[in-house]
Amino acid sequence: MFSLSINGQTQQVDVPADMPLLWVLRDVLGMTGTKFGCGIAQCGACTVHLGGAAVRSCLLPVSGIGDQPIVTIEAVGDSPTGAKVQHAWLDKEVVQCGYCQSGQIMSATALLNQTPKPTDADIDSAMSGNICRCGTYVRIREAIHAAASA
Amino acid sequence: MGHIELSPTVAFSRRTVLKTSLVAGGGLMLGLRLPGLARGAEAAAVFVPNAFVKIEPSGTITLIMPNAEVGQGIFTSAAMLLAEELEVGLDQVQLQAAPPDLLRYTDPSLGDQATGGSASIRGDWMRLRQAGATARVMLITAAAKQWKVDPASCHAEHGAVLHTPTGRSLPYGAVAAAAATLPVPTDVPLKAPADFKLIGTNAKRLDTPSKVNGTAIYGIDAKLPGMKIGTVAISPVNGGKLASMNEAAARAIPGVRDVLKLDDIAVAVIGDHMWAAKQGLERLAVVWEGGPNRAVTTGSIIAAMDKASQSSGVVAKKEGDAEGAIKAAATSLSAIYELPFLSHAPMEPVNCLLHVRADGAEVWVGTQVPVRAQNAVAKMTGLKPETIVINNLYCGAAFGRRLDIDSIEIAAGFAKQVAYPVKLIWTREEDTQHDYYRPYYYDRVAAGLDSSGKLMGWTHRVTGSSVMARWAPSAFKNGLDPDAVEGAADTPYEVPATLVDYVRAEPEGLNTGWWRGVGPTHNVFVVESFVDELAAAAKQDPVAFRRAMLQKNPRALAVLSLAAEKAGWGTALPSGHGRGVEVQFAFGTYIATVMEVEVTRQGEILPRRAVVAVDCGTVVNPDTVRAQIEGGMILGLGTALYNEITLANGRVEQSNFHDYRTLRMNEAPKIEVYPIRNNEKPGGIGETGTVAAAPSLGNAIFAATGRRLRRLPFGNQLQAS
Amino acid sequence: MLRGLLLASTLLLAIPLAARADDSIVGKGEYLVRAADCVSCHTVPGGHLFAGGRAFVLPGMGTLYSSNITPDPKTGIGGYNDDDWVRMLWTGVARGGKHLYPAMPYASYTKLSRDDALAIKAYLFTLKPIEYTPPANAMKFPFNQRWGMVAWNLINVSDKRFEPDTTKSAAWNRGAYLVEALGHCGECHTPRNFMQALKSDKAYAGAKQQGWLAYNISGDKNAGIGGWTDAQLAEYLSTGKAPGRGPASGPMAEAVEYSLRYLTKDDVAAMVTYLRDRPAQPDGPPAVPATVAAAAAPDPMGAHLFNQACAGCHLPTGAGRQSPWAALGGAHTAGDVTGTNLVQVLAHGTQIETDQGLMFMHSFTGGYTDRELSFIANYTIGQMSGRQGQVTPQQIGAARGPDDHKPTDPPPQVVGMR
Ligand code: FES
Ligand code: FES
Repeated sequence: MFSLSINGQTQQVDVPADMPLLWVLRDVLGMTGTKFGCGIAQCGACTVHLGGAAVRSCLLPVSGIGDQPIVTIEAVGDSPTGAKVQHAWLDKEVVQCGYCQSGQIMSATALLNQTPKPTDADIDSAMSGNICRCGTYVRIREAIHAAASA
Repeated sequence: MGHIELSPTVAFSRRTVLKTSLVAGGGLMLGLRLPGLARGAEAAAVFVPNAFVKIEPSGTITLIMPNAEVGQGIFTSAAMLLAEELEVGLDQVQLQAAPPDLLRYTDPSLGDQATGGSASIRGDWMRLRQAGATARVMLITAAAKQWKVDPASCHAEHGAVLHTPTGRSLPYGAVAAAAATLPVPTDVPLKAPADFKLIGTNAKRLDTPSKVNGTAIYGIDAKLPGMKIGTVAISPVNGGKLASMNEAAARAIPGVRDVLKLDDIAVAVIGDHMWAAKQGLERLAVVWEGGPNRAVTTGSIIAAMDKASQSSGVVAKKEGDAEGAIKAAATSLSAIYELPFLSHAPMEPVNCLLHVRADGAEVWVGTQVPVRAQNAVAKMTGLKPETIVINNLYCGAAFGRRLDIDSIEIAAGFAKQVAYPVKLIWTREEDTQHDYYRPYYYDRVAAGLDSSGKLMGWTHRVTGSSVMARWAPSAFKNGLDPDAVEGAADTPYEVPATLVDYVRAEPEGLNTGWWRGVGPTHNVFVVESFVDELAAAAKQDPVAFRRAMLQKNPRALAVLSLAAEKAGWGTALPSGHGRGVEVQFAFGTYIATVMEVEVTRQGEILPRRAVVAVDCGTVVNPDTVRAQIEGGMILGLGTALYNEITLANGRVEQSNFHDYRTLRMNEAPKIEVYPIRNNEKPGGIGETGTVAAAPSLGNAIFAATGRRLRRLPFGNQLQAS
Repeated sequence: MLRGLLLASTLLLAIPLAARADDSIVGKGEYLVRAADCVSCHTVPGGHLFAGGRAFVLPGMGTLYSSNITPDPKTGIGGYNDDDWVRMLWTGVARGGKHLYPAMPYASYTKLSRDDALAIKAYLFTLKPIEYTPPANAMKFPFNQRWGMVAWNLINVSDKRFEPDTTKSAAWNRGAYLVEALGHCGECHTPRNFMQALKSDKAYAGAKQQGWLAYNISGDKNAGIGGWTDAQLAEYLSTGKAPGRGPASGPMAEAVEYSLRYLTKDDVAAMVTYLRDRPAQPDGPPAVPATVAAAAAPDPMGAHLFNQACAGCHLPTGAGRQSPWAALGGAHTAGDVTGTNLVQVLAHGTQIETDQGLMFMHSFTGGYTDRELSFIANYTIGQMSGRQGQVTPQQIGAARGPDDHKPTDPPPQVVGMR
């Protein structure tokens, strides 16, 4: 039994110790906003915040979490930065299929929390781990700049 | 903001779902099953003038979306077409995915209820506007009757009928019941382009809000009460059989519920969650017996294609005596171009949720072909198709992957063995290794120039698998696959003598399928690269050389000129940089691209800037056009640089994004899109950017280095030497 | 060399060796089998435990296959009596007089007590007999002449049991027994002479094994483990990582996974006590200081690629975000400018089963070119150690397995130009 702090709520989950957070969120807690893309930390679709940092939930064993707070796409908009990012995403019409975008938004929000005025190089370094097969990178970059100046 | 319903049959609000999910600890109650489109006594008051519009007395306006939303924005663009003529705002409508129904939802240009071939807008352009206009006329007639006025004195605006002289108005809901009793008129006049309020605007996409806050439901997100989750393993060698597995070991994993076999071709482990299923599958230690394809390698396939390509094929286009013209030419060139097998790798791995009962089945899946999906489940379960409900959900992209139903078929084969609803999810590895791959193409091209450098004769022999022969056999006539030669037999250029033929060569050991850009992605690379070679041989500027052959093709000429101008064609670039151009007419759309590339001294290929001019006729949503070109271009560039599926010992060697690479944020070039606006018929757009990527990049590499790369992917070909 | 991921975890999970608390001879034997890490060598990926068949490629000499040590009478050790068994472990002479190759570490096992040797046998005899004959060894002349081992043994194997050093503590002696006899650490970490025997004057100075560098684990402050704290050493041995020391990878990860993590706290502490006391050897790449200023990367490509493919687990800084096993700070591997082990990790991946599940990294040779991987390697070294990495594309190319197929045929050329 693990006790997790997810989006400000405490959740008790009875799962194996090595179960990645991704499947705890999706299959046990029914929070399907966090996506499965690769399972090997290559695509970023599963990105959530752990103690404020963007992490790949597909390779994060639930036993490695402890009491660090988790924030997912479902609640990232509750923070001022997350709301700004979501707003910029809508404004720049970033989304295509949208499947990668939960992860993109989580990575972008973590970036802006750390670096409120990122340069293109900062964006490259923070976002290059997030794949978008639909190829929305041009607009993601624009949206991050827009969110930073909002 | 409009509300989008992805299920054709279930009404629920997002808020209820979220609440339910919290209460039920995860089991979203998507299982309610209501009858299909409203019928019967209670439904008599509902106005359903055609397959695409439904207006309830309550005022709810529902638009039925005939196409699947795979990221191309069709739910918004199609809704714009309907809303334009229906005179409703996009904020007033709900969207529903169409159920499988060939009669109502067959795409007129594809002949199937399918989303593909960049055909949606072309297919919807007339039918959806007509549907909207018809409904509007009936609603106006019903209101005029009620007011006892001349319908001509009424008009519709923002979901209501207005009587201009008196200023009276009735919302659509109030006249829906009356409208439902009227005969459906034919030949309703459509709006003139000058009167468009929505078409041609950058309307905001309707699906975006749910996709930035995690509430959008894709196939992989569907849930039913009591549902279990499984994952699948299929023989790594096509045609191989299950030899042995350790069922007890899999069942020993906590949370594993069932271990299932589907004949001897696939196994699945089902559990309480994906982790149990995945762990169980690993513990299952499946051993496969190789089967007849166990020795196949990419090399053996290519060798067979090379051989096949040496004999002439079925003629796709013959004008004049091309071979004679080449023989007589002052300069003749010939070359072989090769394009690799490709996997689709949409971000959402294939998956399918089914509940198979004795009397029917319910299926939740994102598919480009709902009728085929229904038939696949029918075939596997023995159920009648009409007892199978297909709930079509958002697709986490498709690129053609979801035009095939293999994963649904296999899922049905497993789901029928259990009583509970089960969601089968393929791992990325399974998806990469059991795709329906874009065919390998082995093309021979030859051409002759006269002494002034004018193109006199052109031959192009396409050798490759026929997807059409498998997927739509009726379109495969006399041995000719029209898709395999699309973009080859219909280039935008004027050439005195042309011969294009096709040799069908099916690869051993893997299946082939549609891949974004289909025929043109393959042929435009070959044609535009070789045209570039001819320009070089004629010592002419690549843009000027093309212009000369486009004199009778004003739209192609216009995009070429625009792209060249915007890109600064002919201006100086730093050393190691180069510009390449391509022109294409595909999916009814004219595009010209100028790509700027940097090639490092060590041979790394870095696309820097893409300038695209596009004439797709009437534009429904200009921002969507831009987005599709940007995204298509990035997919095309990544593919051209990195991707190939190879086989060794009959097995696909790639498995996930670490060895099937995707262009990343820090590799994406600047992309500029310049539209040419006119009122021509709308052309397709979803695949055009992908088509444009490889030829423009290859030509830019040539400009930068003098090296002509004729085999995709470009990869490290410049690093080897 | 490293096992395929799927097969490997199958194998791991299949290990029936539950930690037994009992003091029975079988329970003791099981613990000793773990401490001696028999499973690593005597099991092929996905194969039956202890049924042997794992290949060992000895460059220039040929390939050896480990033997079946299940109690099958025909193909395994079922026919051994106690004396046969002890003689085999102590002298490398198998039942029937056949001389083993010293890939079997009998030069270390000779130090085992007879009781311990027999406890190991007792445990192995409780296993299910598996009838399986591993492939025949394929050694080149003159190494295929087994009688050569007679002379080799005379010179290189002392045939002497472990003698406690009464001037040292009990813990030191226990550690010595675990390190020298059971754990046979020196077999990897001590360089060999021209006869392939361990150079006793260079004990634990580090050595290259099957492409990997087994690091210097002598007491040297710089090149060895002299700078490690006891806590770091103990954690590293029992979990495969330590804060400020990075993760174990490759063969060391295997040693932790199959063997070291099962040892009791006291035994690990005893090993630390003994290892601490090994005479300093100055050889090998120097340790990475606790704080470093990243070296300026000579090419932006390194950062660019690292951010794409590596930062997901390791963070752009290499600090590691997913798990402590992804934290590269202080890792010897990231400070070795020759990149010996880094190249292995990039080319073959690495993995370790932990109490938090399987930690793994894929091979990246399928999607990235030799040049790109050399950039990644040198960037990692620069970031993590402040040193200038010297990894070349050729090194990556050489480390690629034969399966790393990429079509290399040159593009067809224009013909018929007149
Ligand atoms: S699913 Fe976690 S990074 Fe791809
Ligand atoms: S929007 Fe489709 S994968 Fe990014």
